Formats: sequence, C-alpha cells, structure tokens
Amino acid sequence: MISLKKNITLVVSLLIIAALVSACGGTSTPGAPVTDPTTDNSTISVSGSTTVQPLAEKLAEAFMTENTGIRIDVQGGGSSVGVKAAGQGTSDIGMASREIKESELAEFPKLNVIVIARDGIAIVANADVTVSDLTVEQVRDIFSGKITNWKDLGGEDQNIIVVSREEGSGTRGAFEELVMGKDALITASAILQPSNGSIRTTVSTTPYSIGYMSFGYLDDTIKAISIGGIAPTEPNAADGSYPIVRPLNMLTNGEPTGAVKAFLDFILSDAGQKLVVEDGYIPVK
Amino acid sequence: MPARMIADKTVRYILFASAIIAIVIVLAIGFFIFRESIQAWSEIGITEILLKTVWRPGQDQYGILAMIVGSVSVTFGAILLGVPLALGCAIFLAEIAPEGVQALVRPAVQLLAGIPSVVYGLFGMVILVPLVRKLGVPGNSGYGLLAASIVLAVMILPTIASVAEDAIRAVPENYRHGSLALGATKWQTITQVVLPAGKSGIIAGVILGIGRALGETMAMIMVIGNSVIMPKPLSGNPLTYFLSQARTLTGNIAVEISYATGIHESALFATGVVLFALIIIVNATARWIIRGQKFVEKAN
Repeated sequence: MISLKKNITLVVSLLIIAALVSACGGTSTPGAPVTDPTTDNSTISVSGSTTVQPLAEKLAEAFMTENTGIRIDVQGGGSSVGVKAAGQGTSDIGMASREIKESELAEFPKLNVIVIARDGIAIVANADVTVSDLTVEQVRDIFSGKITNWKDLGGEDQNIIVVSREEGSGTRGAFEELVMGKDALITASAILQPSNGSIRTTVSTTPYSIGYMSFGYLDDTIKAISIGGIAPTEPNAADGSYPIVRPLNMLTNGEPTGAVKAFLDFILSDAGQKLVVEDGYIPVK
Repeated sequence: MPARMIADKTVRYILFASAIIAIVIVLAIGFFIFRESIQAWSEIGITEILLKTVWRPGQDQYGILAMIVGSVSVTFGAILLGVPLALGCAIFLAEIAPEGVQALVRPAVQLLAGIPSVVYGLFGMVILVPLVRKLGVPGNSGYGLLAASIVLAVMILPTIASVAEDAIRAVPENYRHGSLALGATKWQTITQVVLPAGKSGIIAGVILGIGRALGETMAMIMVIGNSVIMPKPLSGNPLTYFLSQARTLTGNIAVEISYATGIHESALFATGVVLFALIIIVNATARWIIRGQKFVEKAN
C-alpha cells in the first residue's frame, strides 16, 4: 500500500513536470503560419512600431467597414519587432517608424518597404530655456554630451539636462539616424523615458532640460525648438524645409497580394491618406 | 476501501499536486529565463556582461555592471532611510502603543503594502523629484538615486515593520519582567533586552525588505532617470552620489524588452538571471537567519 501510494505520487508529479516542460519547449517554435490572404474571409495580422500602431488601427477600422469579409489585427511591439515579424512571416504586415537598417535588409532580403506617411521629430525644451533656435549640429553636440551648458548656445549659465528615449525605440532610432549620424552617440548620462508621453512630462517639469518627440505629442507645456530657423510644423515638414522627418513604414515579405495588397492600396488612396492627415502626420501623396 | 478513505486519499493527492506545481513553476521560470539567456552568456561572455559598464545594444555592448551598482545603491539608500523608520514603527506597535492606537496604526502601515507601485512612482515623479531638484548641486535633475531611495524606503516599510514586530512580540515575556525587576526602565528594557533577543528576526525582516527593494520595477523606472551610467558624486561632496541618475536591473528589462530581439533580448534575460540569483541569495540568507532564531528559541 505504501509503495503504491509512493508510485502514484511519483507518476502524478512526473506527469505535471512533463506537461510543464513540454509547454515551455513549445515557446521556441516560430509563430503561427501565415493565413492565406487570397480568400475572401481572411485575417490580416499587423504588428510593430507603437508610433504607427494608432494610425494603423484607424486605417484598419475604416478598411474593415468597407470590406466586411476581412479582419485586421493590429498589435504593437516596436519597430524592431515589426521588421522581424514581417521578415519571418509571423505577421502579414510589419510596422516600423524608422528607416530599415542594412543589417535587417541583409537578414530579410525579400522585405518590401511601403512608406505610408511621414512624421517630424521635434526638439523640445523646458519652457524656461531661453534658446529657441538650434542647428542640427548643435542638437547633435547637446545629445552627444559635447555641449553641456546653455550659455554655450547663447542661453543662461545652466547645465543642460538631456532627456532621451530608450534603446530600441523607433523615435530614438530615427533621431539617431537623422541627427546623431553614424559616429555620435547619445550621452550615457541622458535621462531615459520609455514613451513620447513621459518625455513630455519629464521635459515640461525639469528645468533646463531638452528632449525630442513625435510632432503629434507637441503641446503648450513644452517649448518647440526651431532647427535653422524652421519651426517644427507639419507644413514645414511636408515641403521638406524642416530637416528631421522620418518615414512611417509598412513592411511585407515580398510583393503583397490579395487582401494585404487591398489594405495597403487603401492606405495609399485618397481616403487612407486623409486619415493620415487627421492623425497629424504628413501624407505621402 | 470505504468511500471516505478514498475521498481522504484523493484530497491528499490534490494537495500534494498543488505543492508540486508551485515548486515546478519556480523551477520552470528559472529554467526558462536561464535557457533564454544562454545565447548572451556564450556569445558575449560572462565577464563581459558582469564586469563591463557600457550598455549600448545598438553598438553590441552589453555590460550590466552599472545596473548592478544602480540596483545595489538604491537598495542601500532605501535600507538606510527605511530601516530606522520601520524599526520605530515595529517597536511602537509591539511595545508601546495601547491597543486602540495599534488598531489604527497597524492597518495604516499595512495599507502601504497595498498601494500599487505605479502610484508610488507617480508620487515620486510629481512630488519628490521636484523637491530633490531644489538641492542646488550643478547637474542635479531631481531624477536619481535619492528620489528612488525615498520612494523605495516607504515601499519596504510595511515588510520590515511587520516581520520586525512579530520578532519583537516573539521575545518571551519573562525577559521583559526580568529586566524591569532589575530596575531597568522601559526604554532600557527595549534597547538592552528585547531588541538583542529579537535581533535575528529583525535582521530577517530587513533582508526580506532588501529582496523586495531589488525587485521593484515600475516606481524605479519613473524616478531614477534610467541612464546607464556608473553613479558618481556630482560635486566634491560624496553625498551627491545619491543625486546621480542610475538604472536598476529590473528597469533595464522592463524598459527595453518590448523592442529587443536576438542577442539584445538574450542579454535582457541574462540581466534577469543576475537579478534572480541576487534575490535567491538574499532570500536564502533571510531563511537561514529565521531558522537560526527558531533554534535559539527552542534552546531556551
């Protein structure tokens, strides 16, 4: 009897362990197979940049009301996730709020990049900063830590407090590419905040701080800095005079077909681009 | 076999299975985190990860020493500020407060444990950071170790206070009677007899507080600045060390995991392994000390 009891407990515990271990093992297999987008009742999965996500959701909603047979699932994850998801085929469409890196194109050579909108990145400062115009070079020197005092830029004798996004953020990626260039790195002593919203809170409450954020998040609580005399406004970004503008991309693995193509065509149509403008982004047409 | 015996046995197996599942979950989490981190340990190198201070995933640099120092520093600061406060609470509740006051103070202290950490973070960001910024040291942004230590000190207060209170209450009443009979005052009895007798329980409470502090994430992200730098004094005064920004191990994972892929993701899991190991060491120490105390009580 005792040995039987022991056996049963042993078997039960082994079964539980086996079940859990096999559940763990399952996580390493690549994601679900891509749905066939040629059929009418199909689902399009979209994932990636959290900057593009709200716009993509709006576009998907408008598209689905016209095409009732098609379902579109939009998820976040970040630009890097978007590139990977599209390249590996775990999502039908990936989203990225920055240029695609050479290393990524090398890894996924079939990646098809469609620019659906453009977005300006504004340099913002706390309201007490007297400097209101900088060159791209000056912005680079501030964020790399070369210039550390506002007096070197014609402002007050106060230390500059640099606020940046975290590593991996599409906004940071675009800022690094458009402002920092290949060699300059964002100073390690920058305060890092994990979203456009918390950048705004930090810059608006920290005296003599400077940061950067998507145009869509600009408001009265912070001071937008002009670049070479050009104010960060949508018209200035649209006509190309404002220099820090990034593409918002949708990515597919190879040429899109079926429902995916229909959705992308809709985004680039007049109706789709109208939603782009409504969300505060710059249309591509 | 009678039906009630079968029911008895079945329940016993179900309870046993629950216990096993709890253990297996811990092991599975540990195993999973470690497995995901293997790529980082082997491709980047153990010394490279543990001893380098530069963390720039974009440049393939994955040193977490600055974050280990950040986590340890903020925990140290929290202990420095929080332990006297928690100990004061515990002594007051166990030795001094009349029952009516206890009934008011104890739930209030325990309520602190129930406040979500994002609320602590918000409080820190909106109230503490601007206050800390008033300290006129060049380069002081308000975000940093001091603000984080204050927030954390309040967060670990209920843990330490309740364990320490139990430890003080566990000191046999005879000790107090003996001390008072020898002519010691109440305060002398507390400091000379009760606290030394309950020492190991109090230390265990502090160590549990350390474990709690090391694991805190959300509130830390909101007030510590998250810069990957080795904290250092901002001026000649060594105390300005605590005005330096820093990043914690937990914050590193939480801030970057949503974007990370490949080796970067694996390096974040390696950060998790280091954190896991630190917390296991801290908790094991606490268990060891608590067991030590029980032994002493039995011997008495």
